[in-house]
Amino acid sequence: MDFLNALVAITNYVIIPATAYGAQLALGALGVTLIYSILRFSNFAHGDTMAFGTGVVILITWGFQAMGISFGPLPTALLALPFGIIITSALMLGTDKVVYQYYRKVKAAPVVMVMVSVGVMFIMNALTRFLIGVDQINFADGARFVINAREWREMTGLAEPLTLRSTQVITVVTAILVVWALFWFLGKTRTGKSMRAFSDNEDLALLSGIDPDRVVAVTWIITGALATIAGTLYGLDKSFKAFTYFQLLLPIFASAIVGGIGNPVGAIAGGFVISFSEVGLTYAWKKVVTYLIPNWEPDGLVQLLSTDYKYAVSFTILILVLIFKPTGLFKGKIV
Amino acid sequence: MSTSRQAETAAGGRLRAPLFFALMAALIVLEGLTSSWNSALGILNMGLLSAIMALGVNMQWGYAGLFNAGAMGFVALGGLAPVLISMPPTQGAFKAGGVGILIAFAVATIAVIGAVWLYRTLKGRARGLAVALVLIIGFFVFRWVFDPAVAAIEAINPSAAGNLGGLGLPTLVSWPVGALLAAGAAWLVGKIALGLRSDYLAIATLGIAEIVVAVLKNEQWLDRGVLNVNGIPRPWPVPYEITLQNSPAFVSKMQAWGIDPTQGSTLTVKLAFLLLFVVVIGVLLWFSEMARRSPWGRMMRAIRDNEVSAAAMGKNVTRRHLQIFVLGSAVIGLAGAMMISLDGQMTPSSYNPLRYTFLVLVMVIVGGSGSNWGSILGGLLIWYVWVKAGDWGPNIMALLASPVPDGAFKQHMIDSAAHMRMLVMGGILLIVLRFSPRGLLPEK
Repeated sequence: MDFLNALVAITNYVIIPATAYGAQLALGALGVTLIYSILRFSNFAHGDTMAFGTGVVILITWGFQAMGISFGPLPTALLALPFGIIITSALMLGTDKVVYQYYRKVKAAPVVMVMVSVGVMFIMNALTRFLIGVDQINFADGARFVINAREWREMTGLAEPLTLRSTQVITVVTAILVVWALFWFLGKTRTGKSMRAFSDNEDLALLSGIDPDRVVAVTWIITGALATIAGTLYGLDKSFKAFTYFQLLLPIFASAIVGGIGNPVGAIAGGFVISFSEVGLTYAWKKVVTYLIPNWEPDGLVQLLSTDYKYAVSFTILILVLIFKPTGLFKGKIV
Repeated sequence: MSTSRQAETAAGGRLRAPLFFALMAALIVLEGLTSSWNSALGILNMGLLSAIMALGVNMQWGYAGLFNAGAMGFVALGGLAPVLISMPPTQGAFKAGGVGILIAFAVATIAVIGAVWLYRTLKGRARGLAVALVLIIGFFVFRWVFDPAVAAIEAINPSAAGNLGGLGLPTLVSWPVGALLAAGAAWLVGKIALGLRSDYLAIATLGIAEIVVAVLKNEQWLDRGVLNVNGIPRPWPVPYEITLQNSPAFVSKMQAWGIDPTQGSTLTVKLAFLLLFVVVIGVLLWFSEMARRSPWGRMMRAIRDNEVSAAAMGKNVTRRHLQIFVLGSAVIGLAGAMMISLDGQMTPSSYNPLRYTFLVLVMVIVGGSGSNWGSILGGLLIWYVWVKAGDWGPNIMALLASPVPDGAFKQHMIDSAAHMRMLVMGGILLIVLRFSPRGLLPEK
């Protein structure tokens, strides 16, 4: 029984939250990795793009709520999501036209592109704050739980509660759908194939008559969509705060690099590696230890790291990968 | 034809710097006349500190093309030095837990060195196991020694102290120590991330900055965390306002000049800081210019402009990058320590990456990458615009919002004016990068 209780505690406090968080990171890292493989720079504006997309979704959600439109048990934000994606992708295309296009034309060094993305980051930062402010916002509505603690106890008779929030299920389901759609697009459609060709060998792709402007435009549209979805899911699961999204940049970059930057499968794997390490190392294992080792209760919380240091986990993993396997777990590309 | 044009631009270049600096001085004087001399000197002092940070970032970005996305971390680490060096020690803290903390860090160091040694000597599967084992055991021993020591220190007079305190040495000593702290961290990061892709350094520094600030916020035994350390002593020649106000000689002199003694005392303090900062900037500038013109500086530029050919000439690119990265970070750390001495308090929650990392990059790029005078101009000018954008933002926004009918939307517009400076900075950075990538005072 105690063993089962320990298992439930691990599921409740580590596996479920880390899976949801990992899915959010994976979607964010996919955006970074796509930009990296097609446009060949690390996009520092990605965190703020996520914040902007989520801000738009929140505004539309409020509009829907004011009009009395709801999505039944699901959060209204999911209805607003397509509109948010359209606006964010349009902004991405506009940014590319006004800002990035010139640097592609003059073939600027990647590090200059990174610097340019810092400028874009400032602008996006300001736009998001004009749009929605700096405060913490909770915008999840609809049913809160798929399984709540009381139901679980009545159902199983275990002492340890298990809760499964609907936002966590929505996150994972949406992420699976999005990833499936992305891989289908990249693998099966003509445009997707030309994107892969462009990423593998730009010169050869140009020689085969692939239109670079089209490839770049599609990349920005997909990135805008991924950023909006990732940001909205993160905001539904936790809450929205512009600065938190900027800080997500580190775990997102870490996920992309750990998996192998430029490699979509790697980005997904990296997201889960980072999320499980972060949650696992900052979780207080006292309860689990108490269940597993009878007649002994540890003095402390058995927490390896305080939650304040969760970014240190992604950083450490990033460093370890850079030292031992700079190409990442799934052979990324090094330009 | 081309030579005369070059001569023309060279003459323009000679006049360019004095002109821009005269403009900057005029802006400061204007601030003094229209607002107050107190705020003008305040902007100037912080502007000079920003200029020092910009000098450091310019060494990395301008001399070597290294993108440091974590200047904030080095500023914060430098800021730790005045706390640890010039604050008085907390009574009994060292005895209670200081030894334990030293032992804990010794254990951590031994574990890491042991792991590195094992990694280098062993082979195959045994290697991974042994390294992991040493690190895991090391971590638990570290926590076992560290946790009680921290608890003991934090238990001492928690409302006023609860930290280790400092060494009680003069504040000026803490400035180079701040530079050393930052240099040490930079060495660690650079050792790992340099020599890989250029943007990996940016990502790694982004991470180290977040972690340094997290440590400063959470480790109460070190710097009281979010409880802040107040009353950090001022550096040597700078007096305290209260001493000046209590000195009859000072008061009578101020009255003779027709200045209110209270106001006079704050101005004197700011001027004293200003003098100190100008001396530091002068020394740094002299060294930077000498370095830039030396064979070493030529080598650096050669590496920046073409790494492959520099490597073919037998230059060790990664080593030189590490060198310049550490040097630049030391300068940033120095500015961080000086800033804490100016503020007189350490508030870890005030470190914001937009202000201390990305704004400094804007300063360097606007001033002119690779140009030391440009960094100083950029530091002063961008800091001025940053402060003023905060002042002007609400007015501009009120003007924009005036045709909008009163209500929630208008209020929202006016409230969001505070974010105007982000927009201004992003706009400036993008415009300079696009239309004048060499900046206001281009490198010669």
